[in-house]
Amino acid sequence: MKMMNCKDATRLMSERYERTLSLRELLSLKVHTAMCKGCSNYGQHLDVLRLAAKRLREGGEG
Amino acid sequence: MSNASAQAGAPPWDDASIAAIRRDMLRFARMQLRDGGAAEDMVQEALMAAMTSAKSFAGRSAFKTWMFAILRNKIVDHIRASSREICGSDLVGSSEMDAGLEAFDVLFKRGGHWNPDDRPSTWSDPEAAFEQDAFWAVFDICMNNLPEHIARVYTMRELLELETAEICAALGITSNNCFVILHRARLGLRVCLENRWFRGEAR
Repeated sequence: MKMMNCKDATRLMSERYERTLSLRELLSLKVHTAMCKGCSNYGQHLDVLRLAAKRLREGGEG
Repeated sequence: MSNASAQAGAPPWDDASIAAIRRDMLRFARMQLRDGGAAEDMVQEALMAAMTSAKSFAGRSAFKTWMFAILRNKIVDHIRASSREICGSDLVGSSEMDAGLEAFDVLFKRGGHWNPDDRPSTWSDPEAAFEQDAFWAVFDICMNNLPEHIARVYTMRELLELETAEICAALGITSNNCFVILHRARLGLRVCLENRWFRGEAR
């Protein structure tokens, strides 16, 4: 299997919200983010974007 | 049920409440429509529709959720109608689409790993950022920095919570194209928030 790079990893982290990843995709993503702090942070930031969107949908804390 | 609790359930239609909710609704609508006039019209319509309803609420946040649901439905209707009009024209124009997509490739080196300057850093306390108006002003700027077709797909997905299949159908694009656009939106929005907000916060 080809080693995953950051470009591939960020794409899969985004697609995780849109479709169910295959086991193979999930595992190679897991291996990559375990070694790559940048991509591990990226995954957390996508969750922050999700939360921000949720906040906007609900009209703030009000 | 007592009179007191019935009164507590009435929507808060005092001036201050209307002004506050209108401000939040405008922020939500503007981000998706990119047309200040249309956004104001839609918020106005939603407010008026709500005010003529005699519905009662368990609390302020339940009321606000309901108001945003009305606004959301109006925006979804508007986008469905307008995307039918522009389908096959500028939105799916392939050259414009490709230009918008390639712009984010500069974040990565040739081997597909992060450029050192663009590698995501640790964000401190995003929840605290959400409480600040200045953060939302930056968020707004970052949304507006995205190419328009990218921002449109992203807001349909994240703010209006449409399913990817529905977005594809409405815009006449493939699901793979849709995934790529959403990915680029997240890349662009993230790097903008990091540069304009979180990087400064951390220092």
